[in-house]
Amino acid sequence: MHPRDNAPATPGDALPDHPDFLWRNPDPKPSYDVVIVGGGGHGLATAYYLAKNHGITDIAVLEKGWLAGGNMARNTTIIRSNYLWDESSGIYEHSLKLWETLEEDLDYPILFSQRGVLNLAHSLQDIRDSKRRVYANQLNGIDAEWLEPDEVAEVCPIVNISPDVRYPVLGATYQPRAGIAKHDYVAWGFARRADDYGIDLIQDCEVTGLDIRGGRVTGVQTTRGPIAAGKVALAAAGHSSVLASMAGLRLPLQSHPLQALVSELLEPVHPTVVMSNAVHVYVSQAHKGELVMGAGIDSYNGYGQRGAFHILERQMAAALELFPVFARAHMLRTWAGIVDVTPDASPIVGTTPVENLYLNCGWGTGGFKATPGVGWCYAHTIATGEPHPYNAPFTLARFTTGALVDEHGAAAVAH
Amino acid sequence: MQLIACPWCGEREEIEFHYGGQAHVAYPDDPYALDDDQWAQYVFFRDNPKGPFAERWVHAAGCRRWFNAVRDTVTHEFLAVYDVRAPRPLLTGSAAAAQQRKGQEAS
Amino acid sequence: MTNPFRAGGHGRIDRDTTLSFTFDGTAYTGHPGDTLASALLANGVHHVADSIKYGRPRGVLAAGAEEPNAVVQIEAPFPEPMLTGTTVELYDGLDARGLSGQGRLSSRPDTARYDTLHAHCDLLVVGAGPAGLTATLSAARAGARVILVDELPEPGGSLLGSQELLDGRPATEWVGEVVAELDACADVQVLQRTTAFGHYDDGLVLALEKRTDHLGAAAPAHVSRQRIWRIRARQVVYATGAYERPVAFDDNDRPGIMLAGSARTYLNRFGVLPGRQAVVFTTNDSAYPAALELADAGVRIAAVVEAREEVPAHWRTACDERGIEIRTGHVVTGTSGVEHVSRAHVAPFSRGRLGERQGIDCDLLLVSGGWNPAVALFSQARGTLRYDAGIGAFVPAQAPGSVRTAGSAGGTFTLAGCLADGGDAASRALSALGRTGRTLTLPSTGPLPQGAPGRVLWRVPSPRDGQDGSHQFVDLQRDALVSDVLRATGAGLRSVEHVKRYTTIGTAHDQGRTSGVMTSGIVAEALGVDVADLGTMRLRPPAVPVAFAALAGRNRGELFDPVRVTALHSWHAEHGALFEDVGQWKRPWYYPQPGESMEEAVLRECRAARTGVAMMDGSTLGKINVQGPDAGVLLDRLYTNMMSTLKVGRVRYGVMCGVDGMAIDDGTVIRVAEQEFLLTTTTGNAAKVLEWMEEWLQTEWPDLRVHLTSVTEHWVTIPLVGPRSRDVLALVAPDLDADNDAFPFMSWRDATVAGIPARVCRISFSGELAYEINVPAWDGITVWNALYAAGGPFGITPYGTETMHVLRAEKAYPIIGQDTDGTVTPQDLGMSWVVSKKKPDFIGKRSFSREENQRGDRKQLVGLLPADERVLLPEGAQIIATSSIPQPPVPMLGHVTSSYRSDALQRTFALALVRSGSERIGETLYVPLDGRTVPVTVTDPVLFDKEGSRRDG
Repeated sequence: MHPRDNAPATPGDALPDHPDFLWRNPDPKPSYDVVIVGGGGHGLATAYYLAKNHGITDIAVLEKGWLAGGNMARNTTIIRSNYLWDESSGIYEHSLKLWETLEEDLDYPILFSQRGVLNLAHSLQDIRDSKRRVYANQLNGIDAEWLEPDEVAEVCPIVNISPDVRYPVLGATYQPRAGIAKHDYVAWGFARRADDYGIDLIQDCEVTGLDIRGGRVTGVQTTRGPIAAGKVALAAAGHSSVLASMAGLRLPLQSHPLQALVSELLEPVHPTVVMSNAVHVYVSQAHKGELVMGAGIDSYNGYGQRGAFHILERQMAAALELFPVFARAHMLRTWAGIVDVTPDASPIVGTTPVENLYLNCGWGTGGFKATPGVGWCYAHTIATGEPHPYNAPFTLARFTTGALVDEHGAAAVAH
Repeated sequence: MQLIACPWCGEREEIEFHYGGQAHVAYPDDPYALDDDQWAQYVFFRDNPKGPFAERWVHAAGCRRWFNAVRDTVTHEFLAVYDVRAPRPLLTGSAAAAQQRKGQEAS
Repeated sequence: MTNPFRAGGHGRIDRDTTLSFTFDGTAYTGHPGDTLASALLANGVHHVADSIKYGRPRGVLAAGAEEPNAVVQIEAPFPEPMLTGTTVELYDGLDARGLSGQGRLSSRPDTARYDTLHAHCDLLVVGAGPAGLTATLSAARAGARVILVDELPEPGGSLLGSQELLDGRPATEWVGEVVAELDACADVQVLQRTTAFGHYDDGLVLALEKRTDHLGAAAPAHVSRQRIWRIRARQVVYATGAYERPVAFDDNDRPGIMLAGSARTYLNRFGVLPGRQAVVFTTNDSAYPAALELADAGVRIAAVVEAREEVPAHWRTACDERGIEIRTGHVVTGTSGVEHVSRAHVAPFSRGRLGERQGIDCDLLLVSGGWNPAVALFSQARGTLRYDAGIGAFVPAQAPGSVRTAGSAGGTFTLAGCLADGGDAASRALSALGRTGRTLTLPSTGPLPQGAPGRVLWRVPSPRDGQDGSHQFVDLQRDALVSDVLRATGAGLRSVEHVKRYTTIGTAHDQGRTSGVMTSGIVAEALGVDVADLGTMRLRPPAVPVAFAALAGRNRGELFDPVRVTALHSWHAEHGALFEDVGQWKRPWYYPQPGESMEEAVLRECRAARTGVAMMDGSTLGKINVQGPDAGVLLDRLYTNMMSTLKVGRVRYGVMCGVDGMAIDDGTVIRVAEQEFLLTTTTGNAAKVLEWMEEWLQTEWPDLRVHLTSVTEHWVTIPLVGPRSRDVLALVAPDLDADNDAFPFMSWRDATVAGIPARVCRISFSGELAYEINVPAWDGITVWNALYAAGGPFGITPYGTETMHVLRAEKAYPIIGQDTDGTVTPQDLGMSWVVSKKKPDFIGKRSFSREENQRGDRKQLVGLLPADERVLLPEGAQIIATSSIPQPPVPMLGHVTSSYRSDALQRTFALALVRSGSERIGETLYVPLDGRTVPVTVTDPVLFDKEGSRRDG
């Protein structure tokens, strides 16, 4: 059957088809040069860049469920690089640059849409913090501007800039190159290319133990049997603490539920991405027309992939404060991921005290946008044994020295 | 939204409470006897188990009292609440089963 | 106007009242009791919308929330996107249109009200069908507190759509009696038009009550349109029924193709004949009552196409009596039609092969592929499911302790079984609560016909040449085909969640109610695996879509977050103050006089404070009373400096750090008595600081005998500032000896101010002679007015937060949260003097010796003077070392934290955090602005009255 002739596709239908072939479903081999634990976006991107940039293809990506079924399938797909500190803007901007050519690189329609992101300011201190970030971004070569309320309304006419609301919009930072992509397409794009390189993507394969001899990791125990490995790279997001504990490592991570939701398909009303830390909501309108929204994490530790309802109710109230036109949109589907949060809201990417065991975790709520960037840098770290300059600041040791990269202090931006 | 049994006020809605992270992490007797690594463990590192977790809560919008709880981080179910000064309780019945079930995964 | 497809003598509609409505621009009529879908069908309108991808005409498949096709946009009385026509109650003036893709939001504000109610009960029953009613009745008779919620306008559930008899009478009579009894129970609440949509922890069930939607434009404005019920239930019984599922065959999407049970509902509940000549395609017994009742109502049943080889005798006899032909071992392979089905293609089907096809003319093709229990809420409650191969459906397996299903939601499909199951479920729920349910005398359902198991059939092989399944629809709303599913499995996908994402099946408005299990079945067949091992798509909340506005409830506008104002707020408003949001507080920002700009106003206010006298409302400062024998010990551990040595009558400034050594708050501490202190916090941090102190006190040092109490709102706090402040104070507090020796800096006195008992502190956040007057909040306005009057001859000037910021910045007093960002130590602020060397320990001290804290090039607070004294640096601007801007990334030395025009300095100035700042005093650095750089001189941060000569007047 073919879509209707001589007529544009109905709004809401507009998603490109996936390829006819994505990946094999191999059984695990007894041994690999590199075993990546976690078949999410980061694990798949890392496998791809290990092959592409470093020629390493004897790799297994082990996924306990279905590929990219964790946070990769559960995030709100916001991509931006307008972080405050040099360390953060370095790796996120590297990632954003990769996003800009990723569709051709992967030969996959990942629907990367550079529709810009607005980070709203609602108080005088928000304005100071926002401008500080804009000035820093500009000097780091990142596109960033400060917009006054009327300019905010030009970028996104449905934002309520009336001064007669509880927390009026006093302005916003704007990164035009920021945007969204289609998460499944991104993950599958990486997976398909990794599979092309002969990398084994092994699903329903949960790691139950790490084999460590003489301070060096030699393999993993899994629900599909033992697998020997020259190097083991963890990329398990919310489950990183559980995995690291198998190597006797304790990490400065807490795993929290993070909820998100979508509406039904709607005619285009929202041309960009809007985030508000003070009013606590972020929202974009995805390619088919659904509003995609998120808010803050649930406060307590949780591995249940479920959150509390009052978080969503609060988020709806916040959304209507900013966007009164959303009143009769409907919450269609909600879900939660498990985000691993560090004390300074920055990730940990690098080597560990266990030889040949590598760590990538602590991305909190920001992991999706980093996918190609961290895949690139983590692959470098695994291949060479040394961190890439972009992930070098994100060591575990920073918690001992105090050289934190504190992204919630001044930037005060959740995502 | 959970119902949390404040030891002083009884069951109240989760929104009345603030979370306080891992329980039983005592301020070091002599911080200056610790090297920077050990001090960092105290400041930044907390357990993050998948399963029963002894943690602190405060009834912030109620009696303002802190208390400890054992809660299963998978089901989010509270298995016990107890005084901040008391040791972690040994759980019985289904709570113990949950603790045992998840115990291997706890770090 | 008449409804040509009404069936006389059937239905629960009010034929005496006619409602007018418009669909796709055409006017129609219907009756109260209709849904939009039933009214359209009554008018012979089957084509409701075109499909999203292929643009094919689509009709009404179902009669309830499972409807995948008949999605509509409401245009009047108020636009609402994407509602199912099968759940929109008809009202006069309804204007709707069919939707094929995206809904439309109104650009007009929604003025409807929405609200939320909390409710608590022993037992919540969801669904007022036969099982739900017996469950409710059983629990009600046992005296339990019960809430019954039901999505329909009236109770009865499936009974409303059937011709079942109970005790030999129409079942709805029994329903009426049950509801009358429930209505008489004080502890039972029955909520119609109320749909449970979410099950959260500890028995929290969310339900949406549509209170006025069915009234259209006649809805009273004072009644909330929709209400969210937050129900805390100790026990829950889900009697949510089951959804019939179709079978995939070629062109199975044409208008006129309908689920068999839904057609029965249209006849019996709405008095609508969905067609004149029907073919019934079934795999199970449940389609026979539909066929027989429609036949009796005048629909010609051209054939029953029965996928099974055998039909139970009861149904065969009943069909024979009506001359209905049954073709056993046959399936529908496809359909013909243009806007509407006109013919079903039928063929024998055995051992996986189709025989010769034959066409049967029809305008209605009823389909039944079996029933899927409605387990969305049960799953949300973390009930587990198992695949029942006998019925081809996922049924409840393990339920959490407080949740159970009853009736067809649990896989019980006979009426007698459902009635009994409801009572049983209630009894089990009550016994879990330690109570005993009442055994009900259930109404008699009459003899049960001998049934036979259904046949599980997901799809019929396509007789077409070409790609397999390329005309067989699985998800009608997403226009996803069997061939799409097979393409997904061919691409290597093995999980239904992957197939869902590849095909978009189950992602639409209906969340795959009619397509989800079918997809699992087709995937399992394609992969040669067991459906039980494959599983089905995860059912996510909410069970039905809920409007954002309903979820937001009343928490909008002013109620979005509480507004806190001081006791002097109305004075400020009357005197033209503009306000700044600080946390939840409204603080006066500045007081412009007519024609004055902000800059002019602030310079004037500053000048008054430095040269005359000025006053401000400082009441929002957090205030914490600390009492007990160990109060001093606690404060010594929490502040970086020593507090226990403070004398009664004296005041000390203090800083608190986190365990990481970073400054988190500051303020003054006064010793009220030997065992009592009163400390102040920054406005925005008051609650956090109190919680921080309690955390340490209760969890770490419970042995300390100290009590903490917030007294923020007990006091009105008025700083009286400026060289003439003593003169003004003397006028209102004649008994207070305000001489420098009698009342020295950093001390406090009890005094009577304007006749009000007051506590006056000699502290200064401006460097000027100043008195902070604290009085009970109730008397604040009296004292404020007295000061304002007494200061009149001196030109007393009220000032706001902006002037406060300028005055303190001139003196380099930092604002925590503005000049710090969580990465700044007291030493970085140049306040090593506030860090005790004597105390063995305090919170944060150990972290000062970490490697990063020992670096020589930490960022430190300095002053910046732009070379051009008119240039006001933007706060947040970055600082670099070179006069030209190098290529990015540009090394940044720090940033401007505060920046103002100073009346006292007659120039602009700034505070900044700069790397190695204290070593750079005197250096020229550069601030990039708009592509150029502004040279600035680094200075000591204290720019005004460095020797502190002004504080004593």
